[in-house]
Amino acid sequence: MALKMVKGSIDRMFDKNLQDLVRGIRNHKEDEAKYISQCIDEIKQELKQDNIAVKANAVCKLTYLQMLGYDISWAAFNIIEVMSASKFTFKRIGYLAASQSFHEGTDVIMLTTNQIRKDLSSPSQYDTGVALTGLSCFVTPDLARDLANDIMTLMSHTKPYIRKKAVLIMYKVFLKYPESLRPAFPRLKEKLEDPDPGVQSAAVNVICELARRNPKNYLSLAPLFFKLMTSSTNNWVLIKIIKLFGALTPLEPRLGKKLIEPLTNLIHSTSAMSLLYECVNTVIAVLISLSSGMPNHSASIQLCVQKLRILIEDSDQNLKYLGLLAMSKILKTHPKSVQSHKDLILQCLDDKDESIRLRALDLLYGMVSKKNLMEIVKKLMTHVDKAEGTTYRDELLTKIIDICSQSNYQHITNFEWYISILVELTRLEGTRHGHLIAAQMLDVAIRVKAIRKFAVSQMSTLLDNAHLVASSTQRNGICEVLYAATWICGEFSEHLQEPQHTLEAMLRPKVTTLPGHIQAVYVQNVVKLYASILQQKEQAAETEAAQAVTQLMVDRLPQFVQSADLEVQERASCILQLVKHVQKLQAKGVPVAEEVSALFAGELNPVAPKAQKKVPVPEGLDLDAWINEPLSDSESEDEKPKAMFHEEEQRQAKHRLPEVDEEELARRREARKQEQANNPFYIKSSPSPQKRYQDSPGVEHIPVVQIDLSVPLKVPGLPLSDQYVRLEEERRHRQRLEKDKRRKKRRDKEKKGKRRHGSLPTESDEDIAPAQQVDIVTEEMPENALPSDEDDKDPNDPYRALDIDLDKPLADSEKLPVQKHRNAENAKSPEKEDVPVVEKKSKKPKKKEKKHKEKERDKEKKKEKKKGEDLDFWLSTTPPPAAVPSTDTLSANTNTDATPKDEVEEPRREAQDGEDEDQDQEKKPSKHKKKHKKEKEEQPKDKKRSRKKLLGSEEAPGEPVQNGALEEEPLPPMSSYCLLAKNSYIKMTYSVQGSLQDSQVTVSIILENLSGSVLKSMELSVLDSLNTRMARPEGSSVHDGVPVPFQLPPGVSNEAQFVFTVQSIVMAQKLKGTLSFIAKDDAGATHEKLDFKLHFSCSSYLTTTPCYSDAFAKLLESGDLSMSSIRVDGISMSFQNLLTKICFHHHFSVVERVDSCASMYSRSIQGHHVCLLVKKGENSVSVDGKCSDSTLLSNVLEEMKATLAMC
Amino acid sequence: KVQLFLIFKNSGFLWFRISEDTQQQIIRETFHLVSKRDENVCNFLEGGLLIGGSDNKLIYRHYATLYFVFCVDSSESELGILDLIQVFVETLDKCFENVCELDLIFHVDKVHNILAEMVMGGMVLETNMNEIVTQIDAQNKLEKSETFIFQSPRQDR
Repeated sequence: MALKMVKGSIDRMFDKNLQDLVRGIRNHKEDEAKYISQCIDEIKQELKQDNIAVKANAVCKLTYLQMLGYDISWAAFNIIEVMSASKFTFKRIGYLAASQSFHEGTDVIMLTTNQIRKDLSSPSQYDTGVALTGLSCFVTPDLARDLANDIMTLMSHTKPYIRKKAVLIMYKVFLKYPESLRPAFPRLKEKLEDPDPGVQSAAVNVICELARRNPKNYLSLAPLFFKLMTSSTNNWVLIKIIKLFGALTPLEPRLGKKLIEPLTNLIHSTSAMSLLYECVNTVIAVLISLSSGMPNHSASIQLCVQKLRILIEDSDQNLKYLGLLAMSKILKTHPKSVQSHKDLILQCLDDKDESIRLRALDLLYGMVSKKNLMEIVKKLMTHVDKAEGTTYRDELLTKIIDICSQSNYQHITNFEWYISILVELTRLEGTRHGHLIAAQMLDVAIRVKAIRKFAVSQMSTLLDNAHLVASSTQRNGICEVLYAATWICGEFSEHLQEPQHTLEAMLRPKVTTLPGHIQAVYVQNVVKLYASILQQKEQAAETEAAQAVTQLMVDRLPQFVQSADLEVQERASCILQLVKHVQKLQAKGVPVAEEVSALFAGELNPVAPKAQKKVPVPEGLDLDAWINEPLSDSESEDEKPKAMFHEEEQRQAKHRLPEVDEEELARRREARKQEQANNPFYIKSSPSPQKRYQDSPGVEHIPVVQIDLSVPLKVPGLPLSDQYVRLEEERRHRQRLEKDKRRKKRRDKEKKGKRRHGSLPTESDEDIAPAQQVDIVTEEMPENALPSDEDDKDPNDPYRALDIDLDKPLADSEKLPVQKHRNAENAKSPEKEDVPVVEKKSKKPKKKEKKHKEKERDKEKKKEKKKGEDLDFWLSTTPPPAAVPSTDTLSANTNTDATPKDEVEEPRREAQDGEDEDQDQEKKPSKHKKKHKKEKEEQPKDKKRSRKKLLGSEEAPGEPVQNGALEEEPLPPMSSYCLLAKNSYIKMTYSVQGSLQDSQVTVSIILENLSGSVLKSMELSVLDSLNTRMARPEGSSVHDGVPVPFQLPPGVSNEAQFVFTVQSIVMAQKLKGTLSFIAKDDAGATHEKLDFKLHFSCSSYLTTTPCYSDAFAKLLESGDLSMSSIRVDGISMSFQNLLTKICFHHHFSVVERVDSCASMYSRSIQGHHVCLLVKKGENSVSVDGKCSDSTLLSNVLEEMKATLAMC
Repeated sequence: KVQLFLIFKNSGFLWFRISEDTQQQIIRETFHLVSKRDENVCNFLEGGLLIGGSDNKLIYRHYATLYFVFCVDSSESELGILDLIQVFVETLDKCFENVCELDLIFHVDKVHNILAEMVMGGMVLETNMNEIVTQIDAQNKLEKSETFIFQSPRQDR
């Protein structure tokens, strides 16, 4: 045995090591493959030996070979052997090999579970580290499930080196095993504040990665990240956080408002370009998210644009690139700010760097206007000519088309010019985008009627020169344009100048070399053209000529009949038969033109691409229901019916074609037209030209659109779009002069150029009238199409599984699978998670070092955690995190110090405008009031979220709360808003909120405009009572109304807030009031009024105030509270939901909950304590209350009774 | 996330698994894309079709005969990754004591071990050079001590 080992050791001396292998490969450049296969044979021998060192060496070489592209999966088992070596050196080699070559299909991977678990718990941090690194590359769902708990334990390891790796790998675990996300999340969140910067960075990294995919689940972490952002100095972390905020702001504009200031500061202060850049990016994201609400951030936009310009002008190409990239984001919402830098961007088009040119191109898209479109496209066309390499040229091509066609051709004033551009683009050889050009030609020709004549003339020229286009290879993508050209010439053949000539061009033998689908279109349109020529000839009584055309068809069509393409063949045979039939009839002297043209009567209208999808399913139709019950699965029937069905279908398809004869077709068409005519949703066109020429004899009656053109229409080669640019300029100049003249005459004449729907052209744009009076035919949509625009998410997205609500408390079932002996650890903590157990262990050594500090941090952490739980509340308080008052831990009677020094008077009209509101809110010291208000604002919007928050507020008091297992019973959405008054113009709903200062209550009224008029000059007047008075602007008398600080366009709702001062709060109050407003519509303005009664319930004087159980106990002991109780029977709702309701509607918070019994606390705006003991029996609830004021208590209880009675 | 790392023409490291053939193809194409770029152009390339679609970018740095290429998605900061490459190169320089191309060619395993301390499973793990060097040194020390034991007659098994 010993001898064998020594022998192995000696053998090893002669083995190649990695360096030898590399050297060998370098020396065998000619026969590398052969050399490597030799080496692999050697390696196979080495792997057979018992000596682990030899094996490790072999595996090390294999890893290298894998990197060169050799499959080493056959050695998977040997790799596992090396992984399980006891020495770190070998282990590392093994894990590296595994990370390179293992994947989910590797079957031996399941053998590694125990080895990895052993390594994870190894006393050596590097063993653990190397296992984590390896695992991060090859983790499978099984491994993730089995090891999730072990890794989670490591997240609290004493060594930061392990912690950071464990934190980071959790992302991979989540991806593979999404169930682990919720149980692990609390600890992950904790790691955001890990003392080690590396761990912290890892945690930020993971959460950012998670949040990027499902941002809404991570909104509640915003306060924590905000704190990190203002405290961290690690640029890497900062960048990640700022990027994350960029993803969060679109979901929560209030967050954006909060961010602007610190980000702006960072932009001004940082010297790191990377950080500056990300700040600018996020500010842009914020501005985008705010752009709808408040346009008042021009300073920020200016700052961004200005910084970006500096980047773009920098000589560093990287900065230039990034500058352009960010600029394109601003462009979407603030095009004007970018447009002023057009010079700079056009300059970038000339850059030698393709990446930069592409970016600049992207920007151009948003910068065009009617004014500069031609100029920009001209510039692009010169680039197209210059461009080397098809990729960039193709990119240019698509961009030109994108730019021109954007928002329904909004910027095109001259479609002749555009057609010329398209025709010029057909000169590009080898482009992949022929179909794009074709699609544009078709679209324009169909939708812009006035341009058809011109388009047809251009297309016929194109067909004439088809050899130029289709000359090169069969694969040449540009020949796609012939598809469009033929179709246009065929469909709009009445505009052709020399139809006979075009017909001949379309029947050339060369055509048969085109791709099948294009030939098919040729064949089809040849007939259309033929029909139209026939018509002309017959009307002109040129029988011979008509027969000659027929003969031409009969002569030429057979070349298509021989086509290998079935489609072409089928159409050609059909048509050939038809033409032969026509020929017979012609020989007999029967007029046929009428009937042949009837084949193509009627007009094709563009249909919106989504039209089919939007057809609503009629009521009562279940598309998923079986029409016939599915046949039973018995084997004998399995195949037969299928085959039968299939056959049938084929037969039908075959029969259908010949059955439909011309007359039938015409009849159907007529019927369809009738139907369309009666359909009010159908966009009717003026009687189609095709139809018209049927009844009017002579060619000269073909409608001709007058185009004032000095360019000869028949350019022998191809038209030059440049000429249009010049012409257009002249035309515009003329127009301007004319307009000026007209303006002098009639100042306030209606604005011109309002031909397109929806778009709001800039002022300068509006001045430019289109060259032709162009009507863009809108795309048809089915009547009563649903306006929904939802884009189905990709069901295969791996990140979908991670779309998990993280704020919901953990259920008992949600535990990570644990190895048996670990179970004990979990039992201890009845609350949310099993977090603290291991945590404590790991923190012990540190505590010794700096016990004091640790404690403080712990304390702070607690506060922070609680704060983080209520995002809305955070969002509504002051931004600088240092200044965020931390009242949460204070018990109810000591929260005076929460009021910052700069406390200001209660804001009167917060809703006046966005900024004011913002500032006012920031100054507000009383957070709980705010919290609830915000909560309620949120209510109608997001049911789920608000529910979550309610549960959150319940937990707010901290440790004493015993949630127990939560019943997962859905609670209907709750709203504190109730109807105030309503008439045909306006609906008012309101909610009352108490504030802990000055005995004031805030009434939030949502005003919703139900009418078609604009409501303005709204004014709210209330008859003050002795007890309750409305706060009015200074200097106004008690009889004055308070103006509502906004107007309401039709269908819009907005919220206004009014403050009332209350003397006594022990009784409910009612106030009468009137809302007066002016309703203005096209017909005129009327003065309207709406009376209402504001009801101040006693509960609305209560504010949610957290209270600790010890403080609560003291309060009850003090004995100076009066008592009262109620009892409500017949309650079926779960206790949890019941409590939630009480918390929500009556502003209580749960102090403690044991089984079906809970103590609750609230405080009135005048400082009355209200304590409740809620007990739930079988189906009844009893509430015992204690309060410093007996009247208040009995009133509150009465109100509560009403609420509970509805449960 | 980081998807790919590459220094040499023919070998690279991917943080996701695909067949060896595709891997080679990706690496070759990436190298081709990067190597044909002029000096003084920006260090970003929109990879597009290469790996995983348009969200990904190639970010590279060129040192003498070597290209350090990262393929990253939009969650990473472009300039940040450029800095990361710089950190990586400096770390290599420290660990190999004046690194040269041949060092990297002959010690690919070491390069990988260093990279593993910076990027783990496609996520950036550590950006602090001193921290990386400390960990690498400690591991090397551990390895040396093992080699010493290992050369004594006692065998691993």
